Amino acid sequence: MSDTSVKISDSAIRRRMLKEFWFYFSQNRGAVVGFAVFLLLVALAIFAPLIAPHDPVHQYRDALLVPPFWQEGGRPEFLLGTDAVGRDMLSRLIYGAQYSLFIGIVVVAIALLGGIILGLLAGFFGGWVDSVIMRVMDVILAFPSLLLALVLVAILGPGLTNAMIAIAIVYQPHFARLTRAAVMGEKAREYVTAARVAGAGNMRLMFKTILPNCLAPLIVQATLSFSSAVLDSAALGFLGMGAQPPASEWGTMLAEAREFILRAWWVVTFPGLAILISVLAINLMGDGLRDALDPKLKRS
Amino acid sequence: MLKFILSKLLYLIPTMLGITLVAFSFIRLLPGDPVLLMAGERGVSPERYAEISAQLGYDKPLWQQYFTYLGDLMHGDLGHSIVTKKPVLAEFLALFPATVELAVVAIIIATVIGVPVGVIAAIKRGSWFDQISMTGALIGFSMPIFWWGLLLIIFFSGILQWTPVSGRISLMYFFPQVTGFMLIDSLISGQKGAFGSALGHLILPSVVLATIPLAVIARQTRSAMLEVMGEDYVRTAKAKGLSLGRVIGVHALRNAMIPVITTIGLQIGVLMAGAILTETIFSWPGIGKWMIDSISRRDYPVVQSGLLLIAGIVMIVNLLVDLTYGLINPRIRHK
Repeated sequence: MSDTSVKISDSAIRRRMLKEFWFYFSQNRGAVVGFAVFLLLVALAIFAPLIAPHDPVHQYRDALLVPPFWQEGGRPEFLLGTDAVGRDMLSRLIYGAQYSLFIGIVVVAIALLGGIILGLLAGFFGGWVDSVIMRVMDVILAFPSLLLALVLVAILGPGLTNAMIAIAIVYQPHFARLTRAAVMGEKAREYVTAARVAGAGNMRLMFKTILPNCLAPLIVQATLSFSSAVLDSAALGFLGMGAQPPASEWGTMLAEAREFILRAWWVVTFPGLAILISVLAINLMGDGLRDALDPKLKRS
Repeated sequence: MLKFILSKLLYLIPTMLGITLVAFSFIRLLPGDPVLLMAGERGVSPERYAEISAQLGYDKPLWQQYFTYLGDLMHGDLGHSIVTKKPVLAEFLALFPATVELAVVAIIIATVIGVPVGVIAAIKRGSWFDQISMTGALIGFSMPIFWWGLLLIIFFSGILQWTPVSGRISLMYFFPQVTGFMLIDSLISGQKGAFGSALGHLILPSVVLATIPLAVIARQTRSAMLEVMGEDYVRTAKAKGLSLGRVIGVHALRNAMIPVITTIGLQIGVLMAGAILTETIFSWPGIGKWMIDSISRRDYPVVQSGLLLIAGIVMIVNLLVDLTYGLINPRIRHK
């Protein structure tokens, strides 16, 4: 008996945990569909130069506002039609996936990193450190996110990089709060005291002992923030404060298409549909992750 | 209860000061010299520069400028617009009712549809209604509303020609503003067709603005109901032989509403962000569009004070939500 219960290698444990995670995740059909769509988006973004039929910024002067191929006047070489300056819609949409994924990854990475550090400090040390950090986070949360992002972009200047920084700053408090709450719950547990007695320093306690046990809610929040980042950056692009033309960012494409809404439905419909589908896929995934990572739901 | 309210109010003071600090820093963080920014492209002579600088207090140390700024705020002086030269507060107050009207109608739409949908979805868990409505809610939740607004314009204004594309009321009608709310003012004016025109202008923007809150409220109501339906007291009520309507209406819904009311209240921030986009698409003359226009016109005093006012309002509404929460849920109050 005793010889079977001992010694499971770390990688085996990890494999088991992954298996268990996948078991719960795959119970949620929507989440699996969302995951599949997300993988497809990643593939589109990576292989865009191979898949896209045209250069996304090349203007075909003989093909302005060509409708999709199934409509009268459509041309087979432009499957989803062209925009007002003759650029291929399909190619621009495919390249647009690069922007959305890039924005999502960068925003979440910055917000997560900043939020984790601030939340760890606040939760671990408590006292005035906690008060100062959390009051600053409260102030950021008091502003409607898009408004604050807009104002930050006004300070930093319009453009994709600044838009990403602005959105990341706005999202950071959510991560800081979650981390703080989780750290405060874990701090008093025995394993932390044990590690401290064994001589672990503050840095080790914070990052190696406590943090790994606080990750579940952060992962779920990161997924949700990813989809919000895609939405908000598209909104900034739409308002002319995000990625600048001729970038094939979906929100920016919509902004350029606005004046043609009553003449050429396809220039408006497709970029928005692309945003909706990606955000929906990521949100579906987020729901599944929450189900799989929340121990309360698992038991029931 | 009074202690609860006071503690909440005290808690707000540092945040409020933080907001003023953010608004104060805004103009000073802008790249370039604020005086030159205000002077515009023509530039100024050195004497005039010194004069404007002294007038705006930029020659004093920063901390002194901040306290002067706070003092001005206390007196209701929020500065003047560079473009229109009017006091920012007056501009804000003139446009604010338009946004409130839009937001109130939106939150009514979202609540009136969202709560019943969530309740029915929870009671009939797993049914086709549950599946369809929750799929719909997830789509609504993921919706880029600026695109959704454009789609509705294409369909209802372009193809069907049912609704106007922009503005608050047709130019045919003119009447004095009494309340600032077009729906009410048009009724008071008694002009034939005015109310219909106001309603026609309001319907698409408010539907667009209601979309995300509606989705959130429906999802939240469903999960709150599901949680409550599993509680012992609901089982007891059922076991006593009460009718389903009574069990749901009296025992379950009341308790399920506590988190839902918080959710509804917390949508105010979402609505303010949504108003920026919705008002831009529909040329709705409210504070969202005012902020966007001011940012693009580089009318920085307006941006600064608008930021402050909007954050202040969101904070006060959140406080009211907190207080209501304490009122309907005694457990919170006595913690």
